[in-house]
Amino acid sequence: MTVAPMKGRSASILTAAPDMKRRNRAEARFRLYGVIAIAVSLSVLAFMLVTIFSDGISSFRQAKLAFPVTLDAGVLDPKGNGNRDEMTKVTTVGYGKVLAKSFLAALDAKGIDTTGLKDKEVGELISKEAAGDLRARVLADPALLGQTIDLVVLANGRIDGYLKGRVTMDSAKLDSNVSPEQLQLADRLSAAGLLDLHWNVAFFTKPDASDQRPEAAGLGVAILGSLYMMILVAVMCVPVGVAASIYLEEFAPKNRWTDLIEVNVSNLAAVPSIVYGILGLAVFINFAGLPQSSSLVGALVISLRTLPTVIIATRASIRAVPPSIRDAALGVGASKMQTVLHHVLPLAMPGILTGTILGLAVALGDTAPLLLIGMVAFVDNYPSLPVDGFLDPATALPVQVYSWATRSDPAFIERSNGAIIVLLVVLITMNLAAVLLRRKFERRW
Amino acid sequence: MKSFHLTVSALAFAAVAMPAAARDQVQVTGSSTVLPYATIVAEAFGENFDFPTPVVEGGGSGAGRKKLCEGVGENTVDIANSSSRISQSDIDLCTANGVTEIMEIRIGYDGIVFASDVNGADFALTPADVYSALAAKVAKDGALADNTAAQWAEVNAALPAQDILAFVPGTKHGTREVFDVKVIEAGCKETGAYDLYLAVAEGADDKEKGDNAKKACHELRTDGKSVDIDGDYTETLARLDADKNAVGVFGLSFYENNMDKLKVAPISGVAPSVETISTGEYPVSRPLFMYVKKAHIGVIPGLKEYLEFFVSDEMAGPDGPLAEYGLVSDPELAATQAAVAAETVMGPLE
Repeated sequence: MTVAPMKGRSASILTAAPDMKRRNRAEARFRLYGVIAIAVSLSVLAFMLVTIFSDGISSFRQAKLAFPVTLDAGVLDPKGNGNRDEMTKVTTVGYGKVLAKSFLAALDAKGIDTTGLKDKEVGELISKEAAGDLRARVLADPALLGQTIDLVVLANGRIDGYLKGRVTMDSAKLDSNVSPEQLQLADRLSAAGLLDLHWNVAFFTKPDASDQRPEAAGLGVAILGSLYMMILVAVMCVPVGVAASIYLEEFAPKNRWTDLIEVNVSNLAAVPSIVYGILGLAVFINFAGLPQSSSLVGALVISLRTLPTVIIATRASIRAVPPSIRDAALGVGASKMQTVLHHVLPLAMPGILTGTILGLAVALGDTAPLLLIGMVAFVDNYPSLPVDGFLDPATALPVQVYSWATRSDPAFIERSNGAIIVLLVVLITMNLAAVLLRRKFERRW
Repeated sequence: MKSFHLTVSALAFAAVAMPAAARDQVQVTGSSTVLPYATIVAEAFGENFDFPTPVVEGGGSGAGRKKLCEGVGENTVDIANSSSRISQSDIDLCTANGVTEIMEIRIGYDGIVFASDVNGADFALTPADVYSALAAKVAKDGALADNTAAQWAEVNAALPAQDILAFVPGTKHGTREVFDVKVIEAGCKETGAYDLYLAVAEGADDKEKGDNAKKACHELRTDGKSVDIDGDYTETLARLDADKNAVGVFGLSFYENNMDKLKVAPISGVAPSVETISTGEYPVSRPLFMYVKKAHIGVIPGLKEYLEFFVSDEMAGPDGPLAEYGLVSDPELAATQAAVAAETVMGPLE
């Protein structure tokens, strides 16, 4: 009796049967799909990063003018008595004139040609922010009056754009805010060493600025606001989330109620974050009377959003602790609470920690709920130190990205992308920390 | 274990240590058109006064007025910026919530411009052109017919032979209201479509019929030639950049900041500028307002000083930074200054 080869199969193992070939081809195709999927996502990511970095990396450098400024006591302190209250009568307009005058004098001294430009147009090269900075400095230290100090001040946003290639001679011809003659003067200033790009520390420390001075806008308030919110979210979310998870995992009876809670926790994690914003406005601001735009309300709203994520991560890591540990602890006479607090929780800690960090990372990037509670705003004053500072108005990093992206001056596009870079760096650091912590403390059974 | 104790006590601490601190900065919300002007003033105010810088929010005129009317107290806003006038329903809501005294402050005028890509064709538009290009129905041989114009040249032979595509602000914007009234409605009347609408309009009396006819005039075509933009002007600019043949609607100040990318279209032969708007030659402009809760003056530190600083000559005057940014200074600024100084409350709407 001979065994007839089955249909589609080879009689020999040395030659590939048609069926075999088909299956091999299918597998090759399947692998190809996977490679294509990865390639597509990587290229989208690369495209995004390249756009963001090419538009935004320039915000870390800023055009500044360096020239000596003579602080004319006759103008800045008309009464001549150094009394701060009387000196405050001189507004930034007065200081702007002092700056412009010194600037013109410095150009004269260096022999830089300003023909074809009115004095006012030359003065426009200096940022409007410079006058405010100088005023604050003089008011803080009236002894400066009458002296000549070397000052490095911000250049106007258009001039900054010219050094970075955003503004060109062609665009200046069409632009009423800057003239080609001003750009030619900027060329001469760079050649003379008065105008240069500097490392822009102010981008990380200064608060937001108005539409007329994009060159002065910084992330200071946004970074502080985000930091305050993260601290508060961690303080509110972790204890509540961990307590809820422990109870649900270790103590709660398994019945219909706990099932219901479990389903709802998962559902809450998927609720669009704007819903939490509406809730926050109604409950925390209108009902509880907490102040608008404050990082406390922001943190409360974000906590609601992060809590389900933390609970889910914590429950998973508690569940991953093998039952034998619990049995052993109970076996040597530990109470249920001792078992949980002395054995289960320490072993679950690394998982809880990484889950929390990842939850915080999501929370850090959330903008929508903050829209409704007044945090998408122009905030020029730093919030004070905690605990009072939690009630002061603040913004957050993603909010700053959004509000700069809607401003009319194109210089804010650069700022917005710069803020995205900062946000990305923070997020990558947090995610990296989560991975490293997990690697270091994770235990496998 | 220790860290657990720590977090629990920290939570308890946070819960107890929430003092009801009094608000010491002015809180402003409302129109995104007024937002840049309000931030410019807020920034200068913070620099030159010993008060903290006011916190300024955007979000839209209507939403801002609603927020203003939520009630009196430190956790409600002080000022609502608005690019359109307050409505009776807002006032009713305010009254219901105890906000009875509202100050209306006109800060100046704002122009609305039509602009296309800087390298594109030249447009010289009239309200009639815009209406004939974008309205849902146009007057044709004495009757209303669906708008079938595909190119600008079909609307007016002097316009470029270019496909019609316009980006207009969405209905949540205050700008849309001005566009509807000053451009579309004017064009509707000019082309005779208004009379045709009026002839078939329903209503108890002439006024109601007129209102309904106007409402019908505001209908824009829905075949993709007129696109509503719900985002900001930056979105309109991005759309223009992607579609170089399109025409977009912008605020004057936005255009002035992006002159190297945009080419503006004169309306009825008048190019928009601060000068032509202040003389009234350029037809598409509107007043901008601040609505202030009088009950907060004297309670919130710096509120009155901020208002006075806002309408002062050095800010809102024709040579001030606001005019430089694109606000058309109000010729009656002196009267506004006096009204602010006297804390004059607005009367009922006419």
